[in-house]
Amino acid sequence: MVREVLETGSTVDGYLIGEKLHTGGMATLWRVSKPGIDVPIVMKVPTILDGDDATIIVGFEMEMMILPRLSGLHVPKVYGIGDYSRRPYVVMEYIEGRALLDRLDEAPLLPEDVATLGARIATALADLHRQNVVHLDIKPSNIMMRASGDAAFIDFGLSRHLQLPDLLEAEFQVPMGTGPYISPEQLLRNRTDRRSDIFSLGVLLYHFATKVRPFGYPQSHHQLRKRLWRDPIPPRKLRPDIPPWLQEIILRCLEPDPKDRYPTAAHLLFDLQHPNQVQLTGRAHKVTRDPIFTAWKRWFRVQGLEAVPHQPEPGSIAAAPIVMAAVDLSEGMEALAEALRLDVGRMLSTLPDVRLACVNVLKLNRLAMNYSLDEEGRNIHVQKLVELKEWARPLRLEQERITFHVLEHAEPAQALLEFIRSNHVDQVLIGARGSSTFRRFLGSVSSQVVAEAECTVTVVRVPLPGALGLVRPVSASPLVESTAKGA
Amino acid sequence: MRIAFLSDIHGNREALDACLAHAGRQTIDRFVFLGDLVGYGADPVYIVDKVNEFKDRGALVILGNHDLAAATGDTSNMNEYAKAALDWTFRELDADARAFLKNLPMSEADEDRLYVHADAFSPTAWNYVTDASRAERSMRATTKRLTLCGHVHRPALYHMMPTKPAVHFLPQTGAGIPVVGNRQWLAVMGAVGQPRDENPAAAYGVFDTATQELTYLRVPYDIESAVEKIHAAKLPRILAARLFVGR
Repeated sequence: MVREVLETGSTVDGYLIGEKLHTGGMATLWRVSKPGIDVPIVMKVPTILDGDDATIIVGFEMEMMILPRLSGLHVPKVYGIGDYSRRPYVVMEYIEGRALLDRLDEAPLLPEDVATLGARIATALADLHRQNVVHLDIKPSNIMMRASGDAAFIDFGLSRHLQLPDLLEAEFQVPMGTGPYISPEQLLRNRTDRRSDIFSLGVLLYHFATKVRPFGYPQSHHQLRKRLWRDPIPPRKLRPDIPPWLQEIILRCLEPDPKDRYPTAAHLLFDLQHPNQVQLTGRAHKVTRDPIFTAWKRWFRVQGLEAVPHQPEPGSIAAAPIVMAAVDLSEGMEALAEALRLDVGRMLSTLPDVRLACVNVLKLNRLAMNYSLDEEGRNIHVQKLVELKEWARPLRLEQERITFHVLEHAEPAQALLEFIRSNHVDQVLIGARGSSTFRRFLGSVSSQVVAEAECTVTVVRVPLPGALGLVRPVSASPLVESTAKGA
Repeated sequence: MRIAFLSDIHGNREALDACLAHAGRQTIDRFVFLGDLVGYGADPVYIVDKVNEFKDRGALVILGNHDLAAATGDTSNMNEYAKAALDWTFRELDADARAFLKNLPMSEADEDRLYVHADAFSPTAWNYVTDASRAERSMRATTKRLTLCGHVHRPALYHMMPTKPAVHFLPQTGAGIPVVGNRQWLAVMGAVGQPRDENPAAAYGVFDTATQELTYLRVPYDIESAVEKIHAAKLPRILAARLFVGR
């Protein structure tokens, strides 16, 4: 490995080294430039101490493996990586903005601001998790807030890419993470669960909501492990002005057992964006910690668990999708609404962790935008909500799995698309009205959703009476069919 | 440079052709055959001809234990099914084909990589690298950074720091894995012609020397035809049946 010391003005692989921005225990950041790259970039170089500290080297190897595989707004864009064995470095985008660490002094934030901040981080997490990476060190100093408001993660030195070998697990026999934020399962050496990041985000939200760390600043292994059985003081006990929905969200993130937390970051995001739809449970109203007996039972259970490395379980995100049903409640569309419900029901029966958002769009008249503010408008809105719930009643879905939304918009397709995007909807089921010449000419809502949504869209139709007949060949080429033998 | 690695073809023409067609749809600059071209399957003559053609165009071909047995007729260390198939294969091959197999090298070094059929610790002992300790024994026996082998019929990847024990990783199909860092790697390629990891699709791999990324691939192929030929040749029926289940 090259041991030469970098300095301002020197050149490495064509990068001109500029000012030193930061020296940390693990790495040093230099501002650099290179002809052809006209955005601000930095070079991250591992801090090599005497005797090749394995933590730093392996952590940096992981980061060099993971960072170039990530893309999108919520991670720094990578421009180059050095040779692993000869001269390790990563050249990446310099994120202009503010580290979330600087905002910790502002705590406690207003509940709405906690939710907004949480939603931005949950959005970034959902994006990261979809790219098969668990960050495993979510904390304010590893989150940058871009000028646009988007959250971006930095420092993937403890992260796990679920499709790549975990070099860190192989190297260390001790849990890795940051004391106040580390999840219970990380303490048991499980580095494969996306819900670990949801736990750490819960710690962060608790802190921003109360100005108190839920598990303090543990100094010993025993103090660290307490979170495996002992729940934190409910936030509302510390700050009675925190609304029950926010306490529900935060405490659900902080559940000791990952199975009791939100199944995905997208589910958490959904609650943060729809506070009035949060299903309140005992968590929302509690003002004391769980009875000591409950904690004792957890403690007892934990004693039987061994701290051993885990293999990733495939498809944990796919099992808990957010599904949107776009329901047309217009008169004359009853058959279509029923066909849609039938398909939604089939889907729900196969996926136990699915979350269903029932959406109806109330079309606004462009010329009367204040229409929804008057008495009649409110009545229509409430009426649609009632009809939507009535539509969904035969599905017999538990309350915590279903939400109802009446959107008001002049362009129904735009309203649906915005909802899909901002809530990270995984699949849409939408009915298509018949195919009249008029519709083909103007374009329908469903076809626009199909064309523009970034997720899977299922279009439900009601067959026209008499529509089934002989298939007439549309071209001269004959249909060729082949059938597999045997098997 | 992108290198395709094909191991354990075992006389399965349909599986080899499917892998070569798959490789043909991407840029491959070099082919490496990691041994066991024949044995078990019903097309040894075709496979030897085909691989010979590739060798003439620069491919590297390594000797496998089945190749050696088929070339010499010595099947004393084989189980009864392998023995039956190898005795048949020996009779099918002409003198040229036998000579081709017999003259294959036990291993080849290529830059910082070692190609061997079984392991680097003792290539002629035909050890199976089925766990981390056996992988470690092989890696400690070579100074090469990356070893590529076959023989086991189940894809696996091992890595090892100089002062630490080796670690096993189960590669996922299609995800490029950077085999980098201050460590050694040992990649067991799955079998083209007789997969045994409960996935019947033919297995091969591609290594990109520019990105140092290794990708494990699976290619579905026409198992029915391969099976019919095994039956027609009156080879043990279990050699055909196992292809459907990949065991």
